[in-house]
Amino acid sequence: MNSALSNDNMKSKIRIASGQGFWGDLLEAPVNQVTKGEIDYLVMDYLAEVTMSILQKQKNRNPNLGYARDLPDLMKRILPICVEKKIKVITNGGGVNPVHCADEILEHAVKLGVEKLMIAVVLGDDIHDRIDELIEAGAELNNMETGESIKSVKHKILSANVYFGAMPIVEALNHEADIVITGRTTDTGLTLAPMIYEFGWDPKDYDLMSAGTVAGHILECGAQSTGGNFLGDWMSIENMAEIGFPIAEAYPNGEFVVTKHDNTGGKVSEETVAEQLLYEIGDPTDYITPDCVADFTSIKLEDLGNNKVKVFNVKGKPDTEFYKVSCSYDDGFSTSGNLTYSWPQALSKAKAADKILRKRLENLNLKFDEIRSEFIGYNATHESLAKKIDEDNINEIVLRVSVRSHDRKAITSFGKEIAPLILTGPPSVTGFAGGRPKPSDVVAYWPALIKKDLVKPQVRILNLS
Amino acid sequence: MKIKLIDIAHGRSGDKGDAANIGIIAYDDKGYKILEKHLTADKVKEHFKGICKGKVERFELPNIRALNFLLHNTLGGGGTVSLKHDAQGKTLAAALLRMEIDI
Repeated sequence: MNSALSNDNMKSKIRIASGQGFWGDLLEAPVNQVTKGEIDYLVMDYLAEVTMSILQKQKNRNPNLGYARDLPDLMKRILPICVEKKIKVITNGGGVNPVHCADEILEHAVKLGVEKLMIAVVLGDDIHDRIDELIEAGAELNNMETGESIKSVKHKILSANVYFGAMPIVEALNHEADIVITGRTTDTGLTLAPMIYEFGWDPKDYDLMSAGTVAGHILECGAQSTGGNFLGDWMSIENMAEIGFPIAEAYPNGEFVVTKHDNTGGKVSEETVAEQLLYEIGDPTDYITPDCVADFTSIKLEDLGNNKVKVFNVKGKPDTEFYKVSCSYDDGFSTSGNLTYSWPQALSKAKAADKILRKRLENLNLKFDEIRSEFIGYNATHESLAKKIDEDNINEIVLRVSVRSHDRKAITSFGKEIAPLILTGPPSVTGFAGGRPKPSDVVAYWPALIKKDLVKPQVRILNLS
Repeated sequence: MKIKLIDIAHGRSGDKGDAANIGIIAYDDKGYKILEKHLTADKVKEHFKGICKGKVERFELPNIRALNFLLHNTLGGGGTVSLKHDAQGKTLAAALLRMEIDI
């Protein structure tokens, strides 16, 4: 695939902006990205592993659903600006129904009076209905962490998706699509793709593939690289209320500058970028994507000041012969209940209430896979590392009890045992509002690998009619 | 001499299935030398005893003055299986920064 062939106007620099770090992120962020300064691409990551199973369930109930429903509403807001400024949008918010998502955006475009719009949809990642066929064709789909055979969970699989990389998006851009909607695409592929397309990069130049992948990693969690969730000197981060989301200013040689729009809050420094580089990585020399294997120990950062950090010297190796597959399956039910106890003896009261509750659950002969008690205000985050505190200095404690079971009735019964503690347990207790805790589905993951030649991405073009 | 890790480093943590990843970054080169020498996988395993039920792997990123740790079997099953309030290990970088190191 030679992307340079179809792209006559090679650019010397492109600005790729991150608009969402996850489904549920700041809704104003993508609007600010297209209005507060110049950008060429807006990329938005909507999909976490848990999201795919939720979307699959929605599609099972209604075949018109199964994508990030915020996305068409957002596009309705920003489409006129994107059309005017020629900003292309790339997102994996199509979930398990990218075609319907694209259709809905086209409907908005018609109502907005947009005259010309091409949406490319990337398909082929959803293998939920093809698992048997693929196993027959030689895919093992064993759990890549435990080695277990997929047979044990095959009957309860909720969703199964292959992670595609940048190349299907590059193909979409080669068709001159204005918007690219994908299903399960790697977060990094969303950012790498426009670089390959605009600069005519050879997909076998693994240092360049890795450079774009690192840019994608820095952009994929939104403001986590611009001062959000920053554990360094967090108090020095100004105006987090209006935090600017990251922008990668990319160059043909693979170097890029991480920045944000002027007049936005937050901060881009070596420290904020370094924290994001380390986020959710394993072996840094082996950052595996469908496009390449990037070496994070090669990355060099240079603070250019004024919220600009240059990233360069990225090295990488060839991609592997596999795609990653993420399956989700039903694994029982869980719920949590909270009660708040005040001074005096807040912690002792919460501990006593926990003991009483557990005795009652035992008397009811309910079967749980796990019961977990946490004391928020004391040890819910750092557990045994929490500093011991003098009971007299504790103003209040939230008792949080959580249960997990394959028996839905046990979870429902647990939900009925929380409120009674108010009148039948330790005193000065409150915070029970919003009704009984309800069972929610536990969704477990089955990560696997599949040979790349067994699944083929497809690009479908939808034009404004 | 005892130093507090939080005085020489910052970091970020997250989940990789049932494993937590904790990235720790030194504020300067001198700090990185201390991390490199003293913040061993064994020390991290000992620090998180009772929380981390699997092995601890350590990876070095001298280019950004950082160490990355993978703490296996730490998040109570991970994903939506975990009943932990911090099921994704978001606060574990701060928990590691509680450590004091003898140098």
